Amino acid sequence: MGEAIVITSGKGGVGKTTTTANIGTALALMEKKVCLIDTDIGLRNLDVVMGLENRIIYDIVDVIEERCKLHQALIKDKRFESLSLLPAAQTSDKTAVTSEGMETIIKQLKQDYDYIVIDCPAGIEQGFQNAIAGADKAVVVTTPEKSSVRDADRIIGLLEKEEMEAPRLIINRIRNHMIKSGDMLDIDDIVQILSIDLIGIVIDDDEVIKSSNHGEPVALTPNSKASIAYRNIARRILGETVPLQSLEDEKGMFSKVKKFFGMRT
Amino acid sequence: MHEKKQAITIKGTRDGLTLLIDDTCSLEAIFKELDEKLGDTQPTNDGKLVSVTVKLGHRYLNKEQKEQLHDIISQKNNLFVQSIDSEVIQREEALAWKEDSEVKTINRIIRSGQVLEITGDLLLIGDVNPGGKVVTTGNIYIMGNLLGIAHAGANGDKDAVIAASYMNPTQLRIADCISRAPDYEAEGVYMECGIIDKETDKIVIDQVQVLSQKRKSLSGFERRMSNG
Ligand SMILES: Nc1ncnc2c1ncn2[C@@H]1O[C@H](COP(=O)(O)OP(=O)(O)OP(=O)(O)O)[C@@H](O)[C@H]1O
Ligand SMILES: [Mg+2]
Repeated sequence: MGEAIVITSGKGGVGKTTTTANIGTALALMEKKVCLIDTDIGLRNLDVVMGLENRIIYDIVDVIEERCKLHQALIKDKRFESLSLLPAAQTSDKTAVTSEGMETIIKQLKQDYDYIVIDCPAGIEQGFQNAIAGADKAVVVTTPEKSSVRDADRIIGLLEKEEMEAPRLIINRIRNHMIKSGDMLDIDDIVQILSIDLIGIVIDDDEVIKSSNHGEPVALTPNSKASIAYRNIARRILGETVPLQSLEDEKGMFSKVKKFFGMRT
Repeated sequence: MHEKKQAITIKGTRDGLTLLIDDTCSLEAIFKELDEKLGDTQPTNDGKLVSVTVKLGHRYLNKEQKEQLHDIISQKNNLFVQSIDSEVIQREEALAWKEDSEVKTINRIIRSGQVLEITGDLLLIGDVNPGGKVVTTGNIYIMGNLLGIAHAGANGDKDAVIAASYMNPTQLRIADCISRAPDYEAEGVYMECGIIDKETDKIVIDQVQVLSQKRKSLSGFERRMSNG
């Protein structure tokens, strides 16, 4: 029986789709059976980031409205046999998807896959409710900006009302020089305010944009910083204890690493 | 009409008049007697107001009846009603008092977009995050970080206080006073409290230690008993 993880944020554009694509890819790299679901109806992106757009025939709304079987709508990844994508609909009416519809699909997918990773739309409306409906766990993505942290806090508040494990946090697009100069919130401050476990930090890395333009998730590149960060997150999802990546090129972060992982595991 | 016993005893004290009203006779009789008795009192010629305390004993008066009583007395020369005391209150009022004076302990984080409303005093073990809000009719004590909005004494109690382990709030509100964070980025303060300064009628922040001087009876029950 698999586990469904929703990737959410509240605020738009902070990296949910990127995170979904990369966590999914990294888990597949570790030989897990993974299915990604794009729930951003009308603004589907995940297929583009995964480089699978040209393979789409059916989508999630077709499944819900029974125009096709679930397995017909699943797209096999071009790199990993064990990785699939259930794409969002690009044109259909948003109201086609319901929480019950999502729950049914996820329940079915959990029979066949180890991990279901759900890409959530921005906002707190029905799309968000649908995305979290069938999830067992949640990962909240924020950037080190006040507004993004504020929205993450709002989302965590909403998630806490659900029957779900406490969500875990990813801080994305960190720019070390800005943190150092005091122009960006630092990791400690964010974790203190949100007071949920940190499951990863990802620096702002041009490689992310480059590779998503090529439809190749950055987690596939051997040693860019963001790539390592995503693979570390995947390992933590699998239950390994992996220290946080150093933001510096030297080993300046070690004390911080100890602080987060010493305390919480 | 003439055969009735004394329903009202008037006592002069240093602070004015005290009217002791027998709690066994009818209200009409009392109003009537009051009208007659007070009509007799000579207006003092220095024009000073004489304060009147009415003691109802075990009689319960509703709001209109109290107003009526009040009107009869204040229509007389130089008299004003200081208070109308009764030994009894309604069950409802008593329950409201109890509710109002309890300290409710809540153990969670008030996150952005969440509002926690409480009757009485709040002991919050946890933070109020930016965008979060706590509102109480009594005092607010926070063992944690106050970064959002706290509103104490929301029904108008200006003696209410807001205390926190750490505070760097967006706004503090006590009764109808509001103070907001400065527009520049400020460091917060540890173990301090917000109270209304009686002289300026503005919220000031001070160390929690001043509360033992400035808010002697923080215990909500005593405070509200004496405030009515
Ligand atoms: N770590 C990173 N470094 C550099 N660029 C990044 C990083 N993470 C995300 N981005 C870029 O930020 C943009 C937004 O990312 P993404 O589409 O994943 O966000 P989203 O939260 O899914 O947005 P939406 O709310 O619109 O669905 C993309 O152009 C992406 O390439
Ligand atoms: Mg997206």
